[in-house]
Amino acid sequence: MMSPKEVAGRALAVAWKDLTAEWRTRATFNAVVALAVVMLLLFGFALGPETEALQRAAAGIIWLTILFSGVLSFNRSYQIELDNGALETLLLYPGSRKAIFLGKFLANLVFVLLVEALLVPLAAILYDLPLVRALPGLILVSVLGTFGFVVLGTLYAAMASRVRAREVLLPLLLFPMLVPVLVAAVAATAAVLVGDPMGDAGSWIRLLVVFDLIFGIASFFAFEYVIEE
Amino acid sequence: MRNVTTPTGERESAVESAGPIVELSGIARKFGDRWALRGVDLSVGPGEGVALLGRNGGGKTTLLRIIATLLRPSRGGGRIFGYDLVREAASIRGEIGLLGHTPGLYGDLTAAENLRFALRMSGQPVSMDRIREALAKVSLEGFADERTRGFSAGMQRRVALARLLLLRPRLVLLDEPYAAFDAAGIELINSYLREHLAQGGAAVVATHDLARARGVLGRVVELKGGRASIRDDSVGADPGGEGGAEPLTRTGAAPSPARERVG
Amino acid sequence: MGRSTGYAAATAERVPRQGRGVTVLGWIAFLGLAGAQVVAFNLSAPDRDMGHLQKIMYVHVPAAWIAFLSFFFVFVVSSIYLWRRDWRHDLLAAAAAEVGVVLTALTLALGMIWARPTWGVWWTWDPRLTTTAIMLVIYAGYMALRGFVEDPERRGVWSAAVGILAFLNVPVVYMSVRWWRSIHQVQSSPSTIDPEYVLGLRLNAVAFLLVALYFLLRRYHAARLEVLAAARLEEDALTGEEAHV
Repeated sequence: MMSPKEVAGRALAVAWKDLTAEWRTRATFNAVVALAVVMLLLFGFALGPETEALQRAAAGIIWLTILFSGVLSFNRSYQIELDNGALETLLLYPGSRKAIFLGKFLANLVFVLLVEALLVPLAAILYDLPLVRALPGLILVSVLGTFGFVVLGTLYAAMASRVRAREVLLPLLLFPMLVPVLVAAVAATAAVLVGDPMGDAGSWIRLLVVFDLIFGIASFFAFEYVIEE
Repeated sequence: MRNVTTPTGERESAVESAGPIVELSGIARKFGDRWALRGVDLSVGPGEGVALLGRNGGGKTTLLRIIATLLRPSRGGGRIFGYDLVREAASIRGEIGLLGHTPGLYGDLTAAENLRFALRMSGQPVSMDRIREALAKVSLEGFADERTRGFSAGMQRRVALARLLLLRPRLVLLDEPYAAFDAAGIELINSYLREHLAQGGAAVVATHDLARARGVLGRVVELKGGRASIRDDSVGADPGGEGGAEPLTRTGAAPSPARERVG
Repeated sequence: MGRSTGYAAATAERVPRQGRGVTVLGWIAFLGLAGAQVVAFNLSAPDRDMGHLQKIMYVHVPAAWIAFLSFFFVFVVSSIYLWRRDWRHDLLAAAAAEVGVVLTALTLALGMIWARPTWGVWWTWDPRLTTTAIMLVIYAGYMALRGFVEDPERRGVWSAAVGILAFLNVPVVYMSVRWWRSIHQVQSSPSTIDPEYVLGLRLNAVAFLLVALYFLLRRYHAARLEVLAAARLEEDALTGEEAHV
């Protein structure tokens, strides 16, 4: 049985490896950010040009953009293992698969949060949003919503990345499961952006926490079943 | 039967294992419609090196992966280090090293970083000295800080071999190790195998090229039609001959006494 | 080396026959379904606002209940499968998911047929209807996954994981959609049911349960036969060479 410290050590090793490998080329990161920028612009064209309409839709636009661009990063996380036959070697190390899951989750989380850190300010510029005033709330909602997104994405990509039509199968499996995250994150973000006069954000944030707990735990335990060959 | 890690990071057997390291019985594996293995018995003891012969696609890789606990057998079972192959797979991992068709490296990391990752994941203390030493043994000491993406196939194989040198698993499974290697590389593999076997480890080497394993591996098992048979010669007879092949497969029955004689 | 219940063990099975019991069940189920409609129709007066249209609820609501029950069944059987890896549990879960998907689609169709004359629109973002639509897509994803994975053991394990997580999401999705609706204070479809409807609903619920059970058993049996047939072919190929030794 591995101690939590050993599990954490291995998880950090995996996360470090994934992030370092990505950082060296930044290929996926650049592509994802570019796509996100394009989406923000397209939404602007589709729903604008009146700033008021865009402001009202901003929370939805931001989260849809995060979902559609972020989903691209999950399959890639497994692609590096599959490309080189490294998955076999990875699965042969002693100790729990849970460490691999934690590591990949962590790396994906950092990745998507970094994308958001660029995306949200850009959205604030494009749609004239009060970024600075809303920042603490935005960060909280971002982290909680992204957590749920990434935890399920990491789990489902472990499966989807290994079958045909993975680009379609992953969103098909993942997005319906993310409805609570989308609904709650958008509502909370919208509330935060207008200063939350009704104190709504609190209950949505609680919903996000519940979702994150349920699916964080479920994915944590399900991973070792699905990662086997 | 457990390896312990002494304070200096060396691993040694706490108890000399008396029993076989690998014991397989009736292993069969199906992929979709096709049976890749149809009932294989195998026994490998400490200090034994077995050459697994067979044509490409003949199930050698599948058998190695089953021994490595990466695949579950469809039928049959066995014990590795005394642990049940399927139910206690977690205890087996970590004592097994697999050198597969692909080297299993991360192209954007350097050779040293790949090895460092391997050490961290197997719970061994990370020591740059040991890493450089291992790379030196495979003649790659100058490439420690180069990204492995730029390495040739042979060089990548050497890094994978260096990883084996560092992790020192007691059972080593090599899948076509001689492919993509020049004469120097082949000698590296063989000297590693000799040393490994001399120290009481076990090895199963899948190859379709018996000549390379000459003098290193003591026993030859041939996989044909998904079944295993012993060549009753040791490495030295011509690889093309069929003589003396003895069926090992008894679906469900006890191992044949003839096998004990050869093993 | 331990009893094998993986897919390769399928060859050891005798070919099962599904007894006449299932056929009888089928008759009872469909007659019951028809009978339940007759009773329900006659039992209650036409709704004062909507006339006979309200009677769609007799079918729409029970269909939803039994669909939900099917997905719960998938959840339970998937959990057992992960534990025991018995291939028959995998087939059972898949059959139940299919039945659930069909019933869910039926629920949605009836809901839309009801909504059109009532609200003038084909769709309202009513919490229960919306949750049902989401569950339809989630389990359609489950079926899609099964379609893409060829190795039966892997397919079983992956479907089980997805089936378990999908069901865990049902309450969460429902809660989130309900809150989402309430932000804008929009009227949802009536949740109060007149007492005189209750008997009709219960009768229909039982009838639907029997119908679903019938389809489940038939579907499961068909899947089992497929696997056994394939296994028989393979067993012959496997042992064919033995004869030459």
